[in-house]
Amino acid sequence: MLTLRARRRRDAMVHALLILAVIIVMTPLLAVISYVLVNGLGSLSLDFFTQDLGSPARAQQGRPTGLMHTIIGTLVIDGLALAFVLPFGIGAGVLLAEFPDHPLNPSLRVLTDTLNGMPAILKGLLAYALIVQPMGSFSALSGSVALAFVMLPILARATESALAAVPWSLREATLALGVPRWRVILSTSMPAARVPIVTGVLIAFARAAGEAAPLMLTSFGNNYLTFDLLAPMDTLPQRLYSLAVSPYREWHAMGWGAAVLLLGLVIIVFVGARVATRRRFP
Amino acid sequence: MRSVIEVPPPTRDGVDEALARPMPSRFRRPGDRAFLVLVTGLALTVVALAVAMGWVLWAEGRTPIETFGFLGFLTGTAWNPVTGQFGTGPFLLGTLITSVAALALSFFPAVALAIYTAEYAPRWLAAFIDGTVDLLAAIPSVVLGIWGIFVLAPWLRDTFYLPVYLTFARPPEWAAPVVDQLPAGVLAVLGTPQNYNMVTFTLVLALMVVPFTTALARDALRSVPIEQREAMWALGATRWEVIRRTVVPYARGGIVAGAILAFGRAIGETMAAAMLIGNSNKLPFTLFGPAATMPSVIVNEFREAVENLHYSSLVAVGFYLFLLSLVINLGAAWLQRRLTVGSRGS
Repeated sequence: MLTLRARRRRDAMVHALLILAVIIVMTPLLAVISYVLVNGLGSLSLDFFTQDLGSPARAQQGRPTGLMHTIIGTLVIDGLALAFVLPFGIGAGVLLAEFPDHPLNPSLRVLTDTLNGMPAILKGLLAYALIVQPMGSFSALSGSVALAFVMLPILARATESALAAVPWSLREATLALGVPRWRVILSTSMPAARVPIVTGVLIAFARAAGEAAPLMLTSFGNNYLTFDLLAPMDTLPQRLYSLAVSPYREWHAMGWGAAVLLLGLVIIVFVGARVATRRRFP
Repeated sequence: MRSVIEVPPPTRDGVDEALARPMPSRFRRPGDRAFLVLVTGLALTVVALAVAMGWVLWAEGRTPIETFGFLGFLTGTAWNPVTGQFGTGPFLLGTLITSVAALALSFFPAVALAIYTAEYAPRWLAAFIDGTVDLLAAIPSVVLGIWGIFVLAPWLRDTFYLPVYLTFARPPEWAAPVVDQLPAGVLAVLGTPQNYNMVTFTLVLALMVVPFTTALARDALRSVPIEQREAMWALGATRWEVIRRTVVPYARGGIVAGAILAFGRAIGETMAAAMLIGNSNKLPFTLFGPAATMPSVIVNEFREAVENLHYSSLVAVGFYLFLLSLVINLGAAWLQRRLTVGSRGS
């Protein structure tokens, strides 16, 4: 048996070790954020938002170049992906939360989590095999489908937990008025869970917006602006990768710019989600 | 015990007649039934997606698997598109080494972080740390990748790789007696230092998987009933003894499941690997030299895979990655249910 003094000393030692671990993790994390902010904000300019990229020579000769086409492409591809996935993700979430005794649910839940844990690149391979190969070319459309695959499990689980937080007494009150179950779901549960559901949609969107791997195999990338859904289109994460591994110094700076946009999107969605859910469920 | 109050039996006056009458249309079931069918149909796309993923990866990648054999392709060490030799060996090795190392590096800091915020930190600090670590999970891997390329890798080369390598290659006087005792293989393991190598990637990967371990460990720690702690406090235990003897054992399941999930995330990390590991298909890999992982080779070579066998070999690598990820994720789910106190046996 240790003396009390030794036990107290051990307690203090562990406390110090825990603080050390926190510092070890937090230092690189804060370093990443501050490097991205400093380097990224420095490379943003009006041209960055109003020009497309073009050839490397454009950047090297100092002619106007930017990532307008990338930002637009990201919005198009991610928006389309969200449109594809919304009914399916929310439907799956409704089944999981509103029909708790449905025989499909346990396996559905495990499957959703498994899909969520699957490497995103596999979702890209699937979209490539299903869409790019039969259609014969890389396309924005295939990129949207790949991102929809990424979003589906996230959205399903987010909708489920949003609906699960709605108290059953609320549904019972509506049921007692003689309202059929489907109307209870649409008119009571869903409106009550509106804020967390929208938050879940935004989080799924932000997660997918940061994925580069599936887009490398599907929407491929494009140095110029296009609105053709059947042609290759640029997206921020995939462009960030191409810029970062390119040999041109000017493009590296633009890569930091792309990084700060991505990080900004994630932080905004993330902080917004925290604020929205905290106010609602303290 | 029997109730002493006599409750009259409910009368059924008019009930049977009421039931016999047709219900008003809005009480009828077809709406409910149609809605359930609709929702089930939408939810089944999740199942369809999972099945399609396994099936398509198999169908597209079966040629090399059948050519070289299921295990032969998995363990084959040659990957040479020019000679048509394909084997997952190098990438499997790269994935396993980096993931295990990243998990080993991140496990204790991640759990410590969870313990600190759940048990020690003042509330505002805990909220700040938790929020920042959760944010880390949301930072796109390409953003960590660009930081690794331009900040971490050059810094590590100057402060770590080169000094360590030179210590072994041309030992200074103080180190000479120790280095001379070591077998000659040390340099072969270290390899010629390069910016982008296994160590660089492993360090970034370790940072990336911290939030997965931390989040699950935190949930598990929070679910420990306060009485459990109070009982231990009442016995005069110190804070650490309470954690060590009652809190951590209770939360064991969540902590282990979080580590496994973190491992599952680590094997799938693609972009950071492609940016930081140096991308070499040739064994043997060295610590300070380039390597490759299963996802990184897919994303690197996919755009250049013009030959059919090369393409299907890349998909086959994806198929093995699918199997690996499937086993890990299902294992984590099973373990979490199994080891979580309170739901045992259910």
